Amino acid sequence: MGARSWRLPVLAALAVVLAVGPLVLSSYWIGLLTQIVILAILAMSLDILLGYTGLPSLGHAGFFGVAAYGVAVLSTTYRTDFWTCVAAALLIGIALSAAFGLIVAHVRDVYFLMITLALGMVLWGVSYRWIPVTGGDNGISGIPSLEAHAGLPVTGPAAFYYVTLVVFLACAALMRVVVRSPFGLTLRGIRENEARMRSLGFNTWLHCYLSYVIAGAFASVSGVLWAYYNGFVSPTYLDLTASSELFLMVTLGGPATLVGPLLGAGLIVLLKNVMSAYTARWLLILGIVYIVAILAAPQGIWNLGTRRST
Amino acid sequence: MTVPALVLEGVSRQFGGLRAVDGVTLTIGAGERHALIGPNGAGKTTLFNLISGELAPTAGRICLFGADVTRMPPDRRAALGIARTFQITKLFAGLTVLENVLLACEALDARKLVMHRAVSSYADLRGRAAQLIERFGLSALAGERARNLSYGDQRKLEVALSMAGRPRLLLLDEPMAGLSAGESRAMHALLESLDPGIAVLLIEHDMDVAFAFAERVTVLHQGRVLVQGRRDEVSANRAVQEIYLGGV
Repeated sequence: MGARSWRLPVLAALAVVLAVGPLVLSSYWIGLLTQIVILAILAMSLDILLGYTGLPSLGHAGFFGVAAYGVAVLSTTYRTDFWTCVAAALLIGIALSAAFGLIVAHVRDVYFLMITLALGMVLWGVSYRWIPVTGGDNGISGIPSLEAHAGLPVTGPAAFYYVTLVVFLACAALMRVVVRSPFGLTLRGIRENEARMRSLGFNTWLHCYLSYVIAGAFASVSGVLWAYYNGFVSPTYLDLTASSELFLMVTLGGPATLVGPLLGAGLIVLLKNVMSAYTARWLLILGIVYIVAILAAPQGIWNLGTRRST
Repeated sequence: MTVPALVLEGVSRQFGGLRAVDGVTLTIGAGERHALIGPNGAGKTTLFNLISGELAPTAGRICLFGADVTRMPPDRRAALGIARTFQITKLFAGLTVLENVLLACEALDARKLVMHRAVSSYADLRGRAAQLIERFGLSALAGERARNLSYGDQRKLEVALSMAGRPRLLLLDEPMAGLSAGESRAMHALLESLDPGIAVLLIEHDMDVAFAFAERVTVLHQGRVLVQGRRDEVSANRAVQEIYLGGV
């Protein structure tokens, strides 16, 4: 246990930054913090799939992107009200994961990787080519701010940040409940030894399917927030780069911990923004960071000092 | 007349040109203790895989407790009351002993799909798991990850997992293999203490153990049933003595 005693101070520091950071930071930094929190929801949702269930999805950004497009199309083209817009966007993301799940829950390992990659590319292709609806390469701009759309009395980066923080905390709490539940334990069992799970009497297909849909649902929440944050959507939200960056957040931060992906999201957003101010080759630096992390902390940052995540 | 736990009718499994299991017919009554013996490569483990559903037979019919399960996946067979252990230990290596057993206790419980409550909040599940862990003498290791256990303790956990679902038919694939003499005796005592209502099919290399445990014995040789019957009949059989017991 002693090896993990650094965790509590880190968690406390993180909580302080997330809670009071926006009160003292400039709007640029509030923006970065907002990005971190939104992407943390997304990375945590992938963690359920990748870290807990052991299903490596390379198309997870697809649900994030589809939900973001849902908000964009509904709020601009159809001018629907806030709650309809949010509910419909979430529903689209969840329905899509429920449909895709029927296909992907049958396959494992590298086949899972390939099929999720392919489905992610299909979504990207649709966003790129279905020009009348998605605007193609140009994307969709003019998404109203969340505060205006929802009719909140307060506006501005800090107000939006705190809305996302509340959503983040709710999602994180829900995901924590799920992974600690009897169902959550079955996901880890599938990761460790699926054949044994089947012989014990688990219909592992169903558990993988549910895990996939749950992850898709939380990814959709993240996508809705992102659309409002940026006020703009484009196909880059659901391309392979987005999905693999996400993958990196989880593996870098520490899979099967939920906190790890938050750290990973923070690290990658900061690196990306700080480094890209100095060099266009920030991906190169990210690559080096990743190699160092793999060598120094193969189980991710949050698992430093422990032999294996749970 | 009670329904037999297991009925195999002409069950075969072909791997390419090899008939690993060839027309095996076998009935195991409720509560019967049955040993499956035979030299290496006789098809014992393949037969287990056919019974538990890991493999589908290429011919024949398998009935569990009167239900035809020939095409049924392993998880649904488990729900009918069959459980098995594996010759090569199959544990949840990264999970603790307690989590391993909790999973096994959940397996046939509707609460396995509950998402809104912590698994640790179910006192009855935890109690059942703790009881099972204690019965196998693993209490001191409950918080240890399965991968860190000694081989002997892993074997115990392997058998513990198979018993968590309160099976009516237990398939044990060499539970004593690799155990020290003391551990082996302890495991034997544990098997003897099983509820007599549980039918057991035991694969065992040690003839003394097999004949001490089982009232009926099936000898498998090159995928076929060589001899089947009461243990005294089987041990007196000339062919068995030549091919197996007296061999080497």
